[in-house]
Amino acid sequence: MTQWDVLVAGGGNAALCAAIAARRAGCSVLVLEKAPKFYRGGNTRHTRNMRCAHDAATGTLTGPYTGDEFMEDLLRVTGGNTDEALSRMMIARSYDMLDWIQEQGVRFQPSLGGTLSLGRTNSFFLGGGRSMLNALYRTAEGLGVVVRYEHEITGVEIEGHRFRAATVRHQDGESRIEAQTFIAASGGFQADIDWLKEGWGERAENFLIRGTPYNKGSLTRALIDSGVQQIGDAAQCHAVAIDARAPKYDGGIITRLDCVVFGIVVNKNAERFYDEGEDIWPKRYAIWGRLVAAQPEQIAYIVFDAPNLEKFMPSLFPPVEADSIAGLAGKLSLDPAALADTVDAFNNAVVGGRPFDHTEPDGNRTQGLPIDKTNWAQRIETPPFYAYPVRPGITFTYLGVRVDAHARMVMADGAVSENMFAAGEIMAGNVLGQGYAAGIGMTIGAVFGRLAGEEAAAHVA
Amino acid sequence: MSHSTPALTEANRLMTVCNSCRYCEGLCAVFPAMELKRSFSDGDLNHLANLCHNCGACYHDCQFTPPHEFAVNVPGTLAQVRSESYAHYAWPAAARPLFARHGTALAIGLTLTVALFIAGFVAAGDPGALTSAHLAEGRFYALMPHNAMVALFGAAFLWMLVAVFMGARAFWRDAGTPQIGAIDHAHAAHDAARLRYLDGGGMGCFNDSDQPDDRRKLWHHFTFYGFLLCFAATSLATLYHYILGWSAPYAWHSGPALLGIAGGIGLTVGPLGLLRAKQTRMNELGTQGFRGMEVGFILILLITGTSGLALRLLGETPLLGPLLALHLGAVLTFFLTMPYGKFVHGLYRYLALARHARDMRRHSLQTD
Repeated sequence: MTQWDVLVAGGGNAALCAAIAARRAGCSVLVLEKAPKFYRGGNTRHTRNMRCAHDAATGTLTGPYTGDEFMEDLLRVTGGNTDEALSRMMIARSYDMLDWIQEQGVRFQPSLGGTLSLGRTNSFFLGGGRSMLNALYRTAEGLGVVVRYEHEITGVEIEGHRFRAATVRHQDGESRIEAQTFIAASGGFQADIDWLKEGWGERAENFLIRGTPYNKGSLTRALIDSGVQQIGDAAQCHAVAIDARAPKYDGGIITRLDCVVFGIVVNKNAERFYDEGEDIWPKRYAIWGRLVAAQPEQIAYIVFDAPNLEKFMPSLFPPVEADSIAGLAGKLSLDPAALADTVDAFNNAVVGGRPFDHTEPDGNRTQGLPIDKTNWAQRIETPPFYAYPVRPGITFTYLGVRVDAHARMVMADGAVSENMFAAGEIMAGNVLGQGYAAGIGMTIGAVFGRLAGEEAAAHVA
Repeated sequence: MSHSTPALTEANRLMTVCNSCRYCEGLCAVFPAMELKRSFSDGDLNHLANLCHNCGACYHDCQFTPPHEFAVNVPGTLAQVRSESYAHYAWPAAARPLFARHGTALAIGLTLTVALFIAGFVAAGDPGALTSAHLAEGRFYALMPHNAMVALFGAAFLWMLVAVFMGARAFWRDAGTPQIGAIDHAHAAHDAARLRYLDGGGMGCFNDSDQPDDRRKLWHHFTFYGFLLCFAATSLATLYHYILGWSAPYAWHSGPALLGIAGGIGLTVGPLGLLRAKQTRMNELGTQGFRGMEVGFILILLITGTSGLALRLLGETPLLGPLLALHLGAVLTFFLTMPYGKFVHGLYRYLALARHARDMRRHSLQTD
């Protein structure tokens, strides 16, 4: 039986960065991807940018974004709930990532239309995440990395904190694959609704999963059951509010809605439940998933009027439309009188008076409501009226395995495994205890992936 | 907005998907052009379809291509819309069915014209001239008088110009009459001459797989510039004849001959490469029902180019007569079918590029 130097579980950004780094260091590398070829790479297929520190503007970044500023952003979005030393190390290594990832064939472009607020901090992949992923596969396979699709790791053999072999299920049955080192980069478990229920209860039934149905976390479960230390809890994840009409899985970016600031958000009872003017995009983007998850039946409706229809990025499904608020309520199966009351109360409380500017807090607020809208408050008064139904859309989960500064897995007893490494979403909980900042999932994947590949190669040597 | 064909309806659906994503906006001109609008008329979609160079990059970059349930295939769908648009705008309307049967029409046309030239050569002059013209002083003109040649090809050429112009005008107007400045034409000419958008945003063109290893841009350059050189050769020869009074045949080192030889090489190498690329191309990126038109166009260019080159090489042998009949037959067939086949793609794409240059210029003025 062949023994591989490096066995990589998963086929996304983290897995491929690990495979390429190890292969470039001279190792034999086998990548096992659970999904078929089209769906390879988990959420990487749906990504579009990566957040890396840089001290000066580049051809595709509009200005500097220092490591200190990156760290401040991370501390803010996580509320300090992060392994600070590990995060600092990641941010320090992200400086070099912009060049390294391009050396692997990935190409960047100036920031996308509609996302200009990220033009300074985030590098956008030319052609999107699947193009980026294809480039990594071309490079990896060109270097001699072996990739097998529809191969799922169902068990790991660990002896005294050392990885020995993995049990792999595939079309022809099951096999046992030995390797000197093991890198787990198989994503989160967000497609396993039962596991989500451990954190969310029955509410998880109403969640939509933005990425592939293949990320069920079976390897995460196997590792934790085999003595690797768990990090994070099942309720923590990157969740945004997406169109409730999206498919259960893999709707990706085109079901997101970015129009909260232009109107109000009501729940099943036609009541507002949070300040829609609290923060600007993209910071607000990451909070509405959790807010909607806390509402009855995990559904909410963004309501706005005619002048706002084309002020935000279009999305896949057209909005629900009616000539009156009562008519709109009827189409949404809401109580017409209740929705009319909510809209009237909101309209009467609008102070406004300043020029509307959705790109920064504009001070147009309501006054006297139980929950005020503190910016961008404008009366909802010009028909036709529109609404988008939204549900929580889970991007990826944070519960995973603990790692040290060498991307090595830490065991439940605190010992460090010498030959087991983790990268990407499966260890994102080390960096993200909660919250999210756009593009940071790809930073975690690329930086820890490359690190894991290099460390694995060093261990083999 | 309702659309007049299934392909246009599908294109409209895809533009809604793509406008919500925009990951591909750095790949080519189609996606930035799409972002300027939220709803699309048939004319808008035909404009976008003709702006697409079918490099295939967005098919492989898209996270929603089949087997995904959103089934996004932009290059394949736009290829279908584009091919149908050629027929839609063609003049006269009675000739529209020719697009779908273009291969057959070409084959019949070529056979008939070659046969007619041979018959004409035999009937009009000395019956032996068909195989002995290479010995005669006037050579070509021993087979067919110069004036007859000019009258026939001049008429065919004029007909072609009128028909192509009428089609282009209909295409031009369908997405609103653009006010194009000289600067827009300059941009369009530059982008067309370099095939700027046939490179997947810098990565190259896709053909038979997800590896960007296609040489279509190179083969297209050979074909296009070969065509232009041949055209230049004929034009220069016309000037020689009428202005300078120098009659053909021209020596191999003369201007028309050198241009013709270079053009003939381009029109031989280029079409051969394009044919090969088309043979191995992924079905997903192509059209339904237009293969005859696509292959036929390449073949008629190839026959024109190689028969012209052969005339240069074998013009001193008894093959002159048959080769000339083949060459003239090919050129005449080409002229007559130009408005009803793949030839119009070049013109419509140029016009789409000019409109795009105008749109982007206006858009940047608005947003500055």
